[in-house]
Amino acid sequence: MNIISILEEIEKVDAEVYERFSPRRAAMKQFYSFGSKVAIAAAPLALGSMFKKAYGQTSTVAVDAVLNFALKLEYLEYYFYQQGAAASGLVPAGTPAVAAINTIRDHELAHVNLLKGAITGLGKTPVSFTASNFDYTAGGNFSTVFSDYPTFLAVAQVFEDTGVRAYKGQAGNLMATPSVLQTALQIHSVEARHASHIRQMRKTAAGGGVTALKPWITGANDSGVAAAAASYAGEDNIIQAGVTITSLGVSASAATESFDEPLTMAQVNSIASLFIK
Amino acid sequence: MKNFQQEEQEVLHKESGIFGASLHRRSFLQYAGAGAAGIALVAAGCKKDNETSGSGVNLGSGDIGILNYAYALEQLEAAFYDAVIKTPYSNMPANELSLLTDIRDHELAHREFFKKALGTSAIPGLEVDFTSINFSSRQNVLATAKVFEDLGVSAYNGAGKLIKSADYLLLAGKIVSVEARHAALIRDLIENGTFANMEVIDANGLDKARTPAEVLSMAQSFLKTSINASNLPS
Repeated sequence: MNIISILEEIEKVDAEVYERFSPRRAAMKQFYSFGSKVAIAAAPLALGSMFKKAYGQTSTVAVDAVLNFALKLEYLEYYFYQQGAAASGLVPAGTPAVAAINTIRDHELAHVNLLKGAITGLGKTPVSFTASNFDYTAGGNFSTVFSDYPTFLAVAQVFEDTGVRAYKGQAGNLMATPSVLQTALQIHSVEARHASHIRQMRKTAAGGGVTALKPWITGANDSGVAAAAASYAGEDNIIQAGVTITSLGVSASAATESFDEPLTMAQVNSIASLFIK
Repeated sequence: MKNFQQEEQEVLHKESGIFGASLHRRSFLQYAGAGAAGIALVAAGCKKDNETSGSGVNLGSGDIGILNYAYALEQLEAAFYDAVIKTPYSNMPANELSLLTDIRDHELAHREFFKKALGTSAIPGLEVDFTSINFSSRQNVLATAKVFEDLGVSAYNGAGKLIKSADYLLLAGKIVSVEARHAALIRDLIENGTFANMEVIDANGLDKARTPAEVLSMAQSFLKTSINASNLPS
């Protein structure tokens, strides 16, 4: 075992390795000295703790900030479906679409309430939004969002797919709080179920279906909404953890479909800001 | 001591930012992941995790154990959809053939991804037992698909908090939402509008999360190979 050579090898690809461990190289020399004295069995323990500090997941975003970020998105979704369900003549009456939209609306409201409670439980203040805070036309881009059914469903799809990506991107920031992480994952998969269904609804939507659409994301922006490109940026990734998925015997489409991709908080905030007055 | 040479390479792969090779990164994860890292490392260097023994295929411990757990479930799903497409139920509509073929390809991608990423740490191929499934019956095939997809979603949801590496947590997240898309679609094929009904989503709007023990007890009836999850984190 040669810890020092490991560090030297790392230095070749990460010149700042010593700075990660300690701002002072002198401290590393102390470690060398320390390492040479400790028993072999104990050295990995010291090394493990050192690597953890240097490279381990460090939550740079506080849990309550992640939850408030999620709450904002849930408000965005809830008021969208609430107004859509209430808009006369939008969702075709007497079709299964009515129940589907109501189901999704109710889930988003449940998420709002759950997140509010969780944030309050942390001793923090939940963000607060009302319907009047949102502009679902996104500055006129979707001016018929609550009167034209295909437009409504298109925006719904983008919200759901973006929501999935938003939760996925925050999972790492919740690792220190396992119960919160699990709850977030349990919301994440519900958003994915919504996305799947909305995409199916769009295929045969009254007023104009998008027949090629699948329940999963194919390539990058498959929404048919050019303005939604940012919501699908990177979804065409075919390399996972260094493995090129197309080399495993599946098509490029299947390779992109089989893994959903995350968005950062900044990316999602930028998208959401288009809908916030 | 050769383990440490391995780790040196693994660290290099990690630091290259690309995970260039697919080989076992167990020890790096245990370095980088979380508490008790060093202790787990010593243990990892001293025992083999994945031996097949009288007590079945051992998934192993730590993140490798969780990844093998996912690999086992993906093997099960991939084998199922492979059979569905090879022996389609009669008069399978074109759109269903297309969707189920997509799902087969996704599960195949997941299975092969885990196999490659786990490298020599991967459990062997599992032997499935589908004698209870009537592949000529649409109703039976879709009902089984629903069980597998909902189970898969709940498995990843329950396993996320057991993962120590942020990279692997993200990978699990990338897969679970695809499984959820499958689950919703299969449910809608059975009965439109059941994509997220009260059978799977609770009053708080939450999907299910199951522990590995719960999941494996449900999955085992479809497997001839016995799965030993006794070393998984909990």
